[in-house]
Amino acid sequence: MTATATPESPAEVDLGGEARARQADRGFRALVTLAGLTVLLVLGLILVTTSVRGWPAFVHEGPLGFVFGTRWAPNDDVFGTFPLLYGTLVTSLIAMVIAVPVSIGIALFITEVAHRSTRKYIVTVIDLLATVPSVVFGLVGVLVVVPAITPAYQWFADLVAPVPGLNAVFDETNTGRNYITASLVLAIMAIPIITSIAREVFATVPETDKQAAYALGATRWEMVKGAILPHSFGGLVGASMLGLGRAMGETIAVALVIGGSVSMSANLFEPGNTMAALIAQQWGESSGLHTDALIAIGVELFAITVIINFLARLVVRRAEIKMKGAHS
Amino acid sequence: MKLNRRAIFGGITAGTLALGLAACGGGNDDNEGGSGDLASGEINASGASFPDAFYAAAIGAYAEVNPDLIVSYNPTGSGTGKSEFGERLNDFAGTDSLVKDDDGVEAGSFQYIPTVAAPITVSYNVPGLEGLQIDQETLAGIFQGDISNWNDDAIAATNDGATLPDLDITLAVRSDGSGTTTNFSKFLEEATDTWTLGSGDTIEWPGNSVAGEKNTGVAQIIQDTEGSIGYVDLADASEVGLVTAAVENADGAFVAPSLEGATAALDGAELADDLSYNPLNAAGAESYPITAPTYLLIRTEYEDAAVAAGVKEFVTYLLTDGQALAAENNFAALPTGLQEQALDALNSTIAD
Repeated sequence: MTATATPESPAEVDLGGEARARQADRGFRALVTLAGLTVLLVLGLILVTTSVRGWPAFVHEGPLGFVFGTRWAPNDDVFGTFPLLYGTLVTSLIAMVIAVPVSIGIALFITEVAHRSTRKYIVTVIDLLATVPSVVFGLVGVLVVVPAITPAYQWFADLVAPVPGLNAVFDETNTGRNYITASLVLAIMAIPIITSIAREVFATVPETDKQAAYALGATRWEMVKGAILPHSFGGLVGASMLGLGRAMGETIAVALVIGGSVSMSANLFEPGNTMAALIAQQWGESSGLHTDALIAIGVELFAITVIINFLARLVVRRAEIKMKGAHS
Repeated sequence: MKLNRRAIFGGITAGTLALGLAACGGGNDDNEGGSGDLASGEINASGASFPDAFYAAAIGAYAEVNPDLIVSYNPTGSGTGKSEFGERLNDFAGTDSLVKDDDGVEAGSFQYIPTVAAPITVSYNVPGLEGLQIDQETLAGIFQGDISNWNDDAIAATNDGATLPDLDITLAVRSDGSGTTTNFSKFLEEATDTWTLGSGDTIEWPGNSVAGEKNTGVAQIIQDTEGSIGYVDLADASEVGLVTAAVENADGAFVAPSLEGATAALDGAELADDLSYNPLNAAGAESYPITAPTYLLIRTEYEDAAVAAGVKEFVTYLLTDGQALAAENNFAALPTGLQEQALDALNSTIAD
């Protein structure tokens, strides 16, 4: 290394080394900038090409008609995607309601309760669950869960039949292919993702904070409530957002279990459809404007994901300001 | 170190080359030895998934007749098959529906070749109910949601003596765009005056419908949903053992789905000059009314003579010896007249 620099004085050798280091630094900087830009470029290209191809459908329906229209009838050239938007939001939301508490529970169990020797096995199993292909979840859902769970749905519908409000949401059914089944499958798929990030987040809570809580006489639950959860709030929202992203974009597992009917129903036991699932279902035989409309749904899904992520960031910022205010 | 590594690499490369050369040599020998004037190379096709079982069986059998011609058929769906045909991404395409203006296929660049046909069954799941007979108006009423219970008078009218339960009807339909849906809805549109949902590869089904992926998905729904009724091709319906209904045909007779009924419908159908034909609701007392045709699209001009020869050879096989494979895969073979016309069209489209 130093052999190439002029060995006149130690100082110059150092300088030469520094110049080299600076050069390497610059090279590294260029390289990682390029990597970062690639992501932006790919994302931008996807957005541009899909928008261009989906444009005729937006023009045909008008942007509002496309997003808020309730009729999807390709053979009449009518493309309203509101029932799909509804299905996507409802299934993802229910999935999150199930997955987030369960995941936080698992993560707390792993970091705070489980014995050191069993911990790594649980982590391996959870990570394995994340690698199961989604089509497998879908097939298990449609071949095992659907036939088995239909009587349970019917029993539950009969149970809540006298309760106003609830009986509209859980009404009579004769099929297991519906919003709820899709939500269950999505929840199981989102759990490993949320769990592994929540675990990392909990691991960053300073040991001193936890010890301080114990020193004040806190029980384990009080310590979790007072030291771990406030410190981890932002990270947990981030973890949930990744899970939500997976749920909203999930295609094949949902396509298999949701029942594929483009309609909106408050009854969660009715079949519905989601944006991603419909694209996969109808792509093969589509042509002309129908194809454009399917691509336009992709653009819409992209836009909604961006909006939800933006809202999540807003929530985190608000909460952090509040928490800092409380601390001071 | 470096030298050693290079030596190892060199060794591996040389070995691979030797193997490669040996393989090439073997291939050449085969060509000179056996095949005579049979075509060789690869031809790729894609399109309709409906006749895939038949095409797959024919491709498998053909590999034994001429192992040097490798045929692949990718069941992407008719729409994708047609657009790939338009972009010249495949050598021939399979399609259940005729070419429309916005399919991306230029007029005059293709020739229809009918291959097989298959009955679309109306299958249902009502415990204890067998031998259901449905007239055309009632079928339309059921599938557009006007008739929503199994004990409806319209169903009872054609089923004397059957006990029809008080059970809600659940429609089992296709979630994916499908040529099966096109043919089923086209049948209802042509056969009745009351059908309001139009025809196409995706239909806006009424609220009591559940949709499944492909024929297998619909069959699955019917199997595990009491009170369901749906349209499934004969192959999948018999595979799962679904109960099928006899449907009223153009002559007023109730005919259960069968290959013989489908072939009878092909005989009764009128053939257009471009070899497209419509076997739906065809005349003849034996004709099964919901019989779906399927076609290949072949190019009127191939850039590569070897590909043209390969396509011609394989399609000829499909229309002659290959027809024997149709029945065992639950497809109806072409009647002799139609088969001859298809061969004539093939020979005049791709000259030797």
